Amino acid sequence: MSRAALLVLADGRFPAGGHAHSGGAEPAVAAGRIRDAADLAEFCRGRLHTTGLTAAALAAAAAHGHDPLALDEAADARTPSPALRAVARKLGRQLMRAARATWPGTELTALATARPRGAHQPVVLGLTARSAGLGPEDAAHCAAYETVSGPATAVVRLLSLDPFEATAVLARLAPELDRIAEQAAAAAHGTIDALPAASAPLLDIGAEAHAARPVRLFAS
Amino acid sequence: MSVRATARIAAALDSRGTTSLPVLRGDGPLALRRTRNTAGTGSRVTVVGAMSAPLGGDRLALVARVGEGARLTVDAAAATVALPGPAGGSATYDIELDVAERAELRWLPQQLVSAHGSVLRTTTRVRLAATARLVLREEQILGRHAESTGTLVSRLTVHRAGRPLLDQQLAYGPGAPGGWDGAAVLDGHRAAGQLLVVDPAFEEKPPAARLLGETAVLTPLAGPAVLVTAVAPDARPLRRVLDRALDELAGAPVE
Repeated sequence: MSRAALLVLADGRFPAGGHAHSGGAEPAVAAGRIRDAADLAEFCRGRLHTTGLTAAALAAAAAHGHDPLALDEAADARTPSPALRAVARKLGRQLMRAARATWPGTELTALATARPRGAHQPVVLGLTARSAGLGPEDAAHCAAYETVSGPATAVVRLLSLDPFEATAVLARLAPELDRIAEQAAAAAHGTIDALPAASAPLLDIGAEAHAARPVRLFAS
Repeated sequence: MSVRATARIAAALDSRGTTSLPVLRGDGPLALRRTRNTAGTGSRVTVVGAMSAPLGGDRLALVARVGEGARLTVDAAAATVALPGPAGGSATYDIELDVAERAELRWLPQQLVSAHGSVLRTTTRVRLAATARLVLREEQILGRHAESTGTLVSRLTVHRAGRPLLDQQLAYGPGAPGGWDGAAVLDGHRAAGQLLVVDPAFEEKPPAARLLGETAVLTPLAGPAVLVTAVAPDARPLRRVLDRALDELAGAPVE
């Protein structure tokens, strides 16, 4: 594996469109559920251990070499909110464009052809990692980190939270991020049906509330 | 002493076109009664708790199969309360539901209450034929009145025509992964529930996503199915939201 390739893929400036999304933080702020850095930490921890684990396992499974179309179907079953399915496919499509320019490969081309409107982002992320010569645990690390870095960055803008505090939240989550990535990579060796399906009711509820709102800072 | 029990129900369409129950076999704490169906046609079975269960260490299972064209409603006389066992340890409760072509299952148990100190892992695996219909309700209540919660891990997996339709796992309480009571998951709410309605008719005309109040949402899944996801401060407001949705999506509640 190339550690530098992992840095390129995980870089917030990698042109895959993630910056326009708050990972559910904007509706949580709007509902008064995130008011300070402590709330943000619990939000990020909860997201990491639920949809974060689920996304990391899908990414790891794609990097491991499981059928991306079957993983895309598994991702649908793990995403009851149509707003979140639409976001996942949109982000998947954007990542696919960047990935094919960066680490072109036949597997990426095949998935792009089979899902022209976008496959679920974690599946594309896993396949991108594979194309970049990275392993399942690398893909899981990227997916898990994204599930918390997006909300932390968004809350800096939404609440005018001190960016140092937001980054400290992420740094304190590092040991848990490592454990989630390990767990996701281990699950990737099993069957697709047995992949984690951890879910978070308020993320699903908040996503639909957010989609229905006419004015918002972030797309999701 | 811990209990190992598997209760079984089979519903089948008989030659007169009515649903009969060729298998109705309770086991241990899971006693089964045939009850009068007040919600339309088909058979109705009520799960009657014969003793306190599940206790830590118990291994409980309930298997229901609904044959081609048959219609079955399964409900419960009382809430299921997960309690710590005398020897400690975790309990499991596994539910397996099979619904054949043109058959219908209404699975409407009472709440699952996670009492302080208990540890319960529960799975519900549903296999639906392409033309099967399903109404399924699940409610998790964290702690009895004014009590802190036990540990509850609950996975619901639904396959339709062999393909995954819904797969969700909820984990709450001490010992659950961190953040379960934070702003992403429960945020202090002590009741969480799902109502799933699978109906081939939704293939043509799926209901649109919409909020059912501040902390409940109705969402069309990627297949012909609708899921209501709700959290509430306690059992009563949760049931109110799910009942209203049930009434609208799949006819009147059973009670």
